[in-house]
Amino acid sequence: MNPILEVSGITRRYGDRIGCADISFDLYPGEVMGIVGESGSGKSTLLNCLAGELIPDAGRILFDSRAEGVCDLLDLSEMQRRVLSRIELAFVHQNPRDGLRMGVSAGGNVGERLMGVGQRHYGNIREQALSWLERVEIPADRIDDRPSQFSGGMQQRLQIARNLVTSPRLVFMDEPTGGLDVSVQARLLDLLRGLVREMGLSAIVVTHDLAVVRLLADRILVMKSGQVVESGLTDQVLDDPHHPYTQLLVASVLQA
Amino acid sequence: MSDYNFAYLDEQTKRMIRRALLKAIAVPGYQVPFASREMPMPYGWGTGGVQVTASTLVPEDVLKVIDQGADDTTNAVSIRRFFEVTAGVETTTEVPVATLIQTRHRVPETPLTEGQIIVYQVPIPEPLRFLEPRETETRKMHSLGEYGLMHVKLYEDIARHGEIATTYAYPARVSSGYVMDPSPIPKFDNPKLDHSPAIQLFGAGREQRIYALPPWTSVQSLDFEDHPFDPSRADGECALCGSKDSYLDEVITDDAGGRMFICSDTDYCARRSEGAA
Ligand SMILES: Nc1ncnc2c1ncn2[C@@H]1O[C@H](COP(=O)(O)OP(=O)(O)OP(=O)(O)O)[C@@H](O)[C@H]1O
Ligand SMILES: [Mg+2]
Repeated sequence: MNPILEVSGITRRYGDRIGCADISFDLYPGEVMGIVGESGSGKSTLLNCLAGELIPDAGRILFDSRAEGVCDLLDLSEMQRRVLSRIELAFVHQNPRDGLRMGVSAGGNVGERLMGVGQRHYGNIREQALSWLERVEIPADRIDDRPSQFSGGMQQRLQIARNLVTSPRLVFMDEPTGGLDVSVQARLLDLLRGLVREMGLSAIVVTHDLAVVRLLADRILVMKSGQVVESGLTDQVLDDPHHPYTQLLVASVLQA
Repeated sequence: MSDYNFAYLDEQTKRMIRRALLKAIAVPGYQVPFASREMPMPYGWGTGGVQVTASTLVPEDVLKVIDQGADDTTNAVSIRRFFEVTAGVETTTEVPVATLIQTRHRVPETPLTEGQIIVYQVPIPEPLRFLEPRETETRKMHSLGEYGLMHVKLYEDIARHGEIATTYAYPARVSSGYVMDPSPIPKFDNPKLDHSPAIQLFGAGREQRIYALPPWTSVQSLDFEDHPFDPSRADGECALCGSKDSYLDEVITDDAGGRMFICSDTDYCARRSEGAA
């Protein structure tokens, strides 16, 4: 099997400061990669580089796209890139406000990507929106409400529905359970895990919550000061950490 | 003769605006920025349209100015008067006689012909503004043809009202691929933009944008397969000329709530009444 994503040498500086340095890894279809590390370790910088929200100073990001075959995301024109982003990629933001249109109804939020790829049948779009609301456990009768009337957990679930409705191949998530209560987090994680399995999604999930990685990720990258200090299968790394920094991370969670 | 330069604007400004107009005609529906000048009237009174008219007008032109379909409203009268004084051109109320028509909120009922120019006054040229306030982003969306968002707006209409409730400034896709705001004309008028033999120019003064449709350009109103665009108007006929096809205004006739419908296009109505008489 070919990797869906081959990342090599991704480096991004902010002036003199290093955001992330020389990051390389492969991601295989259906695999979830967790990126963990303390605040400021470069997780979001790396994710944003991969997702096209930031331009790296160096590196290659080979993506095995449905439409174009293997292509370097950094070589695409903005047009190609945006088309790909609408169809094959998705980005779930920590703050639902960054990933939702707050002035547009839940149904419109879910339908946008469908309309963006050319669907022009209202009834069909609405049906798909309804079925997605159901999948993310939002009651059907909320379809015409705006997300501003939703709880934080519902907003996040709506953002997930909005992103997955076109069956992307690869999903980027930055702290998807970030600002939520613990009980709400657990439910969202369950939901995400179910969807990832059902849809066979490949995903890269940034978090500093090891419980999230444990539940969602097949493999992890541990980052510190912009570098990857350890990587491997999630259970192996968390149960038998080799790098002192990872040992510290795991120990601090156990104590907490 | 007056002390003004012909049609008020200096020649250099006119050249600048004409360059923008040529570019706009070359790329139908694309919003061309231009440096809007102070005009002796406030924004919201058609300064964009007036500058386009001033830059297009030649001494041989016969000018017609309409506001909401009427030639005799304050706005129409003052703009017409403005060009009578500053350009000394002949003016008319009759569509077939006019060579240049400046309009706000309506397209004449009488079909335009080849050789005519119609200038629309535009308050907000950006059809995506309502959904995406960032100009950097809307410009990108236009250049990439990313118009899914326009349909989100129509989707919201149907979800909320059971039908597309947009009745004015109804967005349309131009053959070039650009989606444009046809200015706040009723959607009833949208089909008149499609394949019009006239040159259609759109001027937004406050927003400093010009866009255009060359003759015979395809202009298709956006819709859904199961909710097709419907330009129809309310049933009724004009109390003055009896027209069943024209766009009607409702007029209150007395304090007791009496009302009637009359053509919003006064020239069309008057010439029909004369013809019938
Ligand atoms: N826009 C920016 N300008 C300058 N420096 C930045 C910028 N964004 C991030 N950095 C720096 O780059 C480094 C990595 O930041 P990044 O946001 O990627 O970390 P993170 O791991 O996502 O942290 P957190 O867990 O707090 O979200 C930090 O030193 C940070 O201060
Ligand atoms: Mg971060």
